[in-house]
Amino acid sequence: MSQLDSKIPEGPLKDKWTNYKNNINLVNPANKRNIDVIVIGTGLAGGSAAATLAELGYNVKAFCYQDSPRRAHSIAAQGGINAAKNYQGDGDSTHRLFYDTIKGGDYRSREANVYRLAEVSTNIIDQCVAQGVPFARDYGGLLDNRSFGGVLVSRTFYAKGQTGQQLLLGAYSAMNRQIAKGKIQMYNRHEMLDVVIVGGKARGIIARDLVTGEIERHSAHAVVIGSGGYGNVFFLSTNAMGSNVTAAWKAHKKGAHFANPCYTQIHPTCIPVHGTQQSKLTLMSESLRNDGRIWVPKKLEDADAVRKGTLKAIDIKEEDRDYYLERRYPSFGNLVPRDVASRAAKERCDAGYGVVANDTNEGVFLDFASAIQRYGKEEVLVKGISNASKEEVTSLGAKVIENKYGNLFDMYKQITDDNPYKTPMRIYPAVHYTMGGLWVDYNLMTNVEGMYAIGEANFSDHGANRLGASALMQGLADGYFVLPYTIGDYLANDIRTGKISTDSPEFAIAEKKAKDEIAHLINNNGTKTVDYFHKRLGLIMWNKVGMARTTEGLNEAISEIATLRDEFYKDVRVPGGADELNQELEKAGRVADFLELGELFARDALEREESCGGHFREEYKTEDGEALRRDDEFTHVSAWEYTGKPSDAVLHKENLEFENVELKTRSYK
Amino acid sequence: MSAAKTLNLTLKIWRQKNGNAKGSLETYPLNDISPDSSFLEMLDILNGGLIEKGESPVTFDHDCREGICGSCSLYINGEPHGPAKLVTTCQLHMRSFQDGETIYIEPFRAKAFPVIKDLMVDRSAFDRIQHAGGYISVNTSGNTQDANSIPINKENADEAFYSAACIGCGACVAACKNASASLFVAAKVSQYALLPQGQVEAKDRVLNMVKQAEKEGFGPCSNTGACEVECPKGISIENIARMNREFLSAAISK
Repeated sequence: MSQLDSKIPEGPLKDKWTNYKNNINLVNPANKRNIDVIVIGTGLAGGSAAATLAELGYNVKAFCYQDSPRRAHSIAAQGGINAAKNYQGDGDSTHRLFYDTIKGGDYRSREANVYRLAEVSTNIIDQCVAQGVPFARDYGGLLDNRSFGGVLVSRTFYAKGQTGQQLLLGAYSAMNRQIAKGKIQMYNRHEMLDVVIVGGKARGIIARDLVTGEIERHSAHAVVIGSGGYGNVFFLSTNAMGSNVTAAWKAHKKGAHFANPCYTQIHPTCIPVHGTQQSKLTLMSESLRNDGRIWVPKKLEDADAVRKGTLKAIDIKEEDRDYYLERRYPSFGNLVPRDVASRAAKERCDAGYGVVANDTNEGVFLDFASAIQRYGKEEVLVKGISNASKEEVTSLGAKVIENKYGNLFDMYKQITDDNPYKTPMRIYPAVHYTMGGLWVDYNLMTNVEGMYAIGEANFSDHGANRLGASALMQGLADGYFVLPYTIGDYLANDIRTGKISTDSPEFAIAEKKAKDEIAHLINNNGTKTVDYFHKRLGLIMWNKVGMARTTEGLNEAISEIATLRDEFYKDVRVPGGADELNQELEKAGRVADFLELGELFARDALEREESCGGHFREEYKTEDGEALRRDDEFTHVSAWEYTGKPSDAVLHKENLEFENVELKTRSYK
Repeated sequence: MSAAKTLNLTLKIWRQKNGNAKGSLETYPLNDISPDSSFLEMLDILNGGLIEKGESPVTFDHDCREGICGSCSLYINGEPHGPAKLVTTCQLHMRSFQDGETIYIEPFRAKAFPVIKDLMVDRSAFDRIQHAGGYISVNTSGNTQDANSIPINKENADEAFYSAACIGCGACVAACKNASASLFVAAKVSQYALLPQGQVEAKDRVLNMVKQAEKEGFGPCSNTGACEVECPKGISIENIARMNREFLSAAISK
């Protein structure tokens, strides 16, 4: 075990980034033209990085597995993006955004990174407006804000329930401008299969053209991984079907440490599972908790009747409802952070109060009735309607709700066939985001020289729990405003290197390995589909490495996953060939990597003998069931080094120093 | 979440080995499908069975399965994204179909969208149209003016948003008898035309994007309005009217 150096600049917190920028090496414009950078992934992080690096003058090669960079899964982010603009004058500031993020992350993130994130957050909004991102505005024509969980101010900018889409299309448009100029070479329908290390530095990748099956070599002076998170290790999640860990995992196998893999965000408001054939879960934005109240019946017999379909939610009297978040956390109520809300839902359902008739009775109500009444009464006053009938109030209130969340309500109705304007939504937590990822220093560089990780693919800013509307902020901050500076400092040493050859033995070896792995999968002649194994892995993860973890369960998971991996390699069937478009082959490669990551994930969870944020160990909780941190032993980042197989991974630590905030027990009561 | 009776279906699916091969409709019976399954989950089930039988699974584009990424396509019973309105194929559920029904599943068809394999088509022409002007030329330095320095009236901001909600799936093209990309191009042109930030390059933008669409082989607007009807995001054909106005005034003044 060793201590990792995070390379945090000296000086007071608020001056670190400014001083850093004043003292880094720069590359002159003529030299930038001779430097190539590879960017993997075109979501908010990868897309914004590719565009900005190309604007600066570097030659960028960008890769995505989708048919267009516009389809990266950032597009599905709904609720909003945080920024410390304080347009509402409600007491927000850079420091407060920094503090909320550190606290929200349960004191397991790096102070200097988080402060920098809060600092550049305001630029993001300015930038996006300049790009033509149509954020929501008020009647005065100024930008509107809403609130998200875990904070007491309104700092979230949004575009209906499609904020991620609008921000990604902004980044995509910035990319398009550079693609048109030839400064970005775009490789759609390409998947990175390995990163190539030459002389200890990341110098290129091996990629597969998903249409022709051709294996290609691409070289560059630096490789940036912005390939997103690994939530699909659970099979069912809110991630896109193709979201995968492969790029990050291959980087890990080539020497990059993987940090805090066990920090996973289980999002409280998703549409519950309907059956065993389900392929994915759908999020209902956290913004709904601005107006929705979460509850379950107070009486077990009522919950039972709701599940059987003999009792309707709207027929349960007010005094027979348990608004458990408002009861347990009066000061934050329905807007507690995600990890807290998820665990509280699980607690109620485990106790038998769940309202969905699936195998595990998992589901709670998210109710808009009182918000509809509140808004309806407001509208009646604004519109000066006298003697408004009850129906009129309800209909006016429903209109306001429709304006705010219309697309989400439509989506809910489409999936469940229920009308959420009339009857409460049923929701349950689902895997949504992974705070863990490739370990990076202050420069966003992994421990492998020249290999960077940005956005959800890295571990750096969210600690053990991410606050709502902070993922978009981090992705764009990394890509637009942080990496373009830090990578220049590194590339300044490469101005005399010249083009990197792809004819070196390093490229040949990596290419052969990728081809051999594909050949193995194709020629395996097993009997089971890739999905069969992926679903089994997902069940192990959900049951034993999910919202509540125990020593016993984690040990079981570790051995079960290792066994499943052996079985996969013996018995998986991948139809078709290597030299053609083959979606089963793509999936097989990704699941193979998930089967390794899953084991490391469980090991990390076992090693971390405390509860913090999204990581909850049954053995470590307070008397009233809240997470019990053990700061004396675990105020560190766990970064794992690959040495041949997940069970042999070596743990390194980065101690987290808190100089500007006091470590406290997180309380939202 | 109903526990209704399951469906037995006959699927007629377009199979085509690659872009150069000849394709044909093949018949697949499929039983015991839950009405709560999504259309793509139904295809997953079909594919699982095909793989176990040693047959080649059906290739189709899909990713987010939340109706926002625009990956999924499919021409189902003669309509892009199937019979339900304002949804993409991934959000279409089997409760929209009857027990015993025969369902025809084909790729989006247009000269500018060549088939890659089975139901998967190449929509990169849409990207190239965006390269021709689907952006505002501002560097991503962060050193722009404060986001609130130019108020934008709510109506225009909302309109711009509705135009910007296009997911680039190509249903408009598949629905149009001329395989026109007018709605797609108009949505982007409108978004920027409605915002002060987009005014500076408005003329070049509309001229270049329309020109590129023609070059890609998309036809002229058919004026039938089929695109609006089939658009899963409800993009209005008022956008096309706005694009035409923008185009005309740009063409005259240039």
